[in-house]
Amino acid sequence: MIWPAEPAGTHGALHPTAPGIDPAALTGRVAGFVAHLRLNDFGLGPGESAVALELLGDIDGCDLRAVRLGLKSLLAGRKEEWERFDDLFEAYWWGRGRVRRRPAAPLADSRTRSPPAPWRNHLAPLPTGRAERAFTPDAGGPDDDEARGTGRVAASRRPILARTDLRHFADPSELAEAERLAARLARAMRYRICRRYRNAPRAPRLDLRRTVRRNLGRGGEPVDLVRRRRRDRPVRVVVLLDVSGSMEHYSRFFLQFVKGLVGSWVESDAYLFHTRLVRITETLRDHDPVRAMSRLALLAEGFGGGTRIAESLAAFNDRYARMAVDSRSVVMILSDGYDTGDASAMSREMRRLRRRARRIVWLNPLLGWRRYEPVARAMAAALPFVDCFAPAHTLEALAAVEGELARL
Amino acid sequence: MEDRGAARPDGLTDGPAPSGTLKVEALKARLASVGYIAGDALAMALHLALRLGRPLLVEGEAGVGKTEVAKALAAASGARLIRLQCYEGLDAASAIYEWNYQRQLLAIKAREHDETADETEDRIFSERYLLRRPLLEAITQDEPPVLLIDEIDRADEEFEAYLLEVLSDFQVSVPELGTIRAKSIPHVILTANGTRDLSDALRRRCLYSWVEFPDPERELAILRARVPGAGDRLASQVVRFIDALRREDLEKKPGIAETIDWVAALLDLEVETLADDPGAIRTSLVCLLKTEPDRAAITPEVLARITDRAAA
Repeated sequence: MIWPAEPAGTHGALHPTAPGIDPAALTGRVAGFVAHLRLNDFGLGPGESAVALELLGDIDGCDLRAVRLGLKSLLAGRKEEWERFDDLFEAYWWGRGRVRRRPAAPLADSRTRSPPAPWRNHLAPLPTGRAERAFTPDAGGPDDDEARGTGRVAASRRPILARTDLRHFADPSELAEAERLAARLARAMRYRICRRYRNAPRAPRLDLRRTVRRNLGRGGEPVDLVRRRRRDRPVRVVVLLDVSGSMEHYSRFFLQFVKGLVGSWVESDAYLFHTRLVRITETLRDHDPVRAMSRLALLAEGFGGGTRIAESLAAFNDRYARMAVDSRSVVMILSDGYDTGDASAMSREMRRLRRRARRIVWLNPLLGWRRYEPVARAMAAALPFVDCFAPAHTLEALAAVEGELARL
Repeated sequence: MEDRGAARPDGLTDGPAPSGTLKVEALKARLASVGYIAGDALAMALHLALRLGRPLLVEGEAGVGKTEVAKALAAASGARLIRLQCYEGLDAASAIYEWNYQRQLLAIKAREHDETADETEDRIFSERYLLRRPLLEAITQDEPPVLLIDEIDRADEEFEAYLLEVLSDFQVSVPELGTIRAKSIPHVILTANGTRDLSDALRRRCLYSWVEFPDPERELAILRARVPGAGDRLASQVVRFIDALRREDLEKKPGIAETIDWVAALLDLEVETLADDPGAIRTSLVCLLKTEPDRAAITPEVLARITDRAAA
């Protein structure tokens, strides 16, 4: 290499060219800076402070720009951190009053609207009326529905619904059953094959190691050939859950279902949407299940109202799809397809999603109703891109989907 | 798409350039001499990676020149470039080493009667029968090579964990042969573009740089270095055009390679300024827009608007 590494001693750990700086004070300041970043959700260990000091010895401490760029490449580890670093740097070294700020949205992508600060703020107690509703299972009685107008379909077809319809789920044992079902669904889909390689009689690739091994008794003469092929990768599941007003009675149950799916399965991802889209994977994996569910209930409840499926899908496609969806992903959309948006936008976004995902499964609670036709314009626009369109209004209906998913 | 770092007033940069900065500038100049125009942040990250002997993780959208960094670094330093292209299902056998079974079998057959089993074993489990894959290759060089681990996010998590081990110890253990320690520590550059999230452990092990599309000024410098035949007028119009195009709502924003291709195509079509020949520009857009929706998104009106502004 033509860049000679300098002997480690020449620039000591502390800064030689900045006269008047007390080394101990600098050490303290740098350690403080690392702590400051850590407070702002940077994943840094104690080792970083030491390397940061070493680095300050190497690049010139008087050249602030160089120091900033140097510390940035050392201490930032991902795009979000990279983008926030400059502000945090200024805040700390110049004290511009943003020292202890916690970002509203750590995952914010500069290209799209910043997402709502999902659950942090929801931990604070809400106004009482709201909070009560969040925890009361059957908050919206029939009269409520008609009064609000959001549940109009549900209201007009109420007599058809059998006792097992999910929207009547109230008692805890049924909800627990729902969670168990979700867990079973997850297992059915999980690692289809766990071994790294699978012996496969007709696979194209010869497994020489095993061939030699098996034919040791024949002096290494390869009589029996062992072939192998690469193991199948586990399927990834991405769930998009509609929590708009028209889904109100179902979304509570579906949240349980999604939680079972995401909580037990590493390669899964979950999002809520109504008029906006929020990623909820981390919340669902909260180690305290009660807290996770109450956060989610608040989240879902606070939203209600209209649906913009197409826009939510667009937000998903723009921001998350590249990371979350690949050729072995199954995208599962739980929605009734009632959309206030534009049908052509819907079909455009579904087409984009279709290109990335291996399969798209649309679970529609309304489909279980007799005489239901997917006439909602958005639903009709989405249908051509959906591989599996299934009802999800009862536990039985959901259990039937399990078989469908396990085949994917 | 300007580099946020470059735009930020730091106040103290005007004084006499101190030594650390000089080294970074020297590195930039060296990279420029092989046709790679690095931004300040990336040059600093590279400098530190070389100085601290740590791997550098480079992220950014497709086409911002992540892979090229490694190639340029190798070319500028006269080091060998060893590349490991990651893909889903990449395993140790294709990344580190594998025994050359065919050759071993042949060797056993050929000497079947003249040696004992022990002798055979010693012979066929020697370096001669070892197929070195990129990682092993990289740590057994006499001179430190540049090891490019491309698109690490395409590989599986298990491989990432293994890689982490190799990158911290720089040794590989082969059960039949013992541990092979690095003769020289390679300069490691990893690239990723967000196929999946990388583990925190790997990120912490590496220095990090996020690469943006170059601002027009830097892209102009790149064009001058890569397509010397392009006139100044055309080149500066092109970079403004590309800059505006990247601001449009596209699925795949044109990268630097696309810009270079496009200028070459324009030269071939004998276009001297963008205002000259709208037809040629329209047809040559195939160099820039690579999906059907993007082609549809850039309607003639949009194209005319961008062209006018770029040519102004």
